[in-house]
Amino acid sequence: MLDETDRKIIQATQAGLPLTPQPYQAIAEQLGLTTDDVMMRMSAMQNSGIIRRIGAVPNHYKLGYRFNGMTVWNVPDETIDELGQKVGQLEFVSHCYHRPRHPTEWMYNLFAMVHGKSQQDVDQQIQQISDLLGDYNLGCDVLYSTKILKKTGFRTTARMQEVEQSMEQLPSSGKSKGTQPVTD
Amino acid sequence: MDEIDKQIINALQDGFPICDAPYRQVATQLGLTEQELIGRLKALLDNGTLTRFGPLYNAEQMGGALTLAAVKAPKQCFDEITEIINSFPEVAHNYARSHELNMWFVIATETPEQIQQTISVIEQQTGLTVYNMPKNKEYFVNLKLEA
Repeated sequence: MLDETDRKIIQATQAGLPLTPQPYQAIAEQLGLTTDDVMMRMSAMQNSGIIRRIGAVPNHYKLGYRFNGMTVWNVPDETIDELGQKVGQLEFVSHCYHRPRHPTEWMYNLFAMVHGKSQQDVDQQIQQISDLLGDYNLGCDVLYSTKILKKTGFRTTARMQEVEQSMEQLPSSGKSKGTQPVTD
Repeated sequence: MDEIDKQIINALQDGFPICDAPYRQVATQLGLTEQELIGRLKALLDNGTLTRFGPLYNAEQMGGALTLAAVKAPKQCFDEITEIINSFPEVAHNYARSHELNMWFVIATETPEQIQQTISVIEQQTGLTVYNMPKNKEYFVNLKLEA
């Protein structure tokens, strides 16, 4: 369980890790803790999965991944865990989830975000998922984002920070909340 | 972005050590100096190549609640629907998508109960059915993209 000190560390690192030679010491000084305490607590949070990892999050678009599709699949419930694991392991799939169906309007229960540098890349990726699912693929669709209608740019809480990661990134939308056209 | 930047981006998507001088440790592995690595990281964050550098927290393990939801917004009132849905502070992201379910948004609240409340109010105000699609299970979140 998280205690007050853990929460302070979370808050202090939400915007990122300090870019100084001894970043954990910098956090410790800011919070009045020892460096060892900060490092121990962050290690513990990493081991328990509260910290997914410490690292860099690139902007897809800046790396040339301009084609981002939300692929959705209808697969039998009894096979979804096994298939979801396999789809999630494909290198071009960034997020893979089981979500509920809404019969009869929405029969897709497996969601996989794919990213490519061209439409052709994405088409091939979809084909690969389709091949992997084989006969268990009872139907599929791909939803491309056509416009950002809202994007909360401020990372005021860790919760919001995860939201940013849970969706694909569209071209640099800055911190605006306005409606913005996208180029794909 | 040059080859060294690409190496840095690829290496730092795999994780970052927890130790006294982590930048020095990573820099050594990449054949850079500590200052060089820190300088390049700063530049990559400033020019938006990296959106973030630091610990990535798992919201649900911290007690927050998240869901993905969608509506079928009729073309003739798409802008009004957008305005209503965007006005909720609980709506963090909202995307137009190419489908009959043409508006997809993420709702983030402190508690699971607030998700349902927010959906109910959105349904009242828009007169539309909100298709709630919370994750039943997460198979993989791989944030790595080859630079």
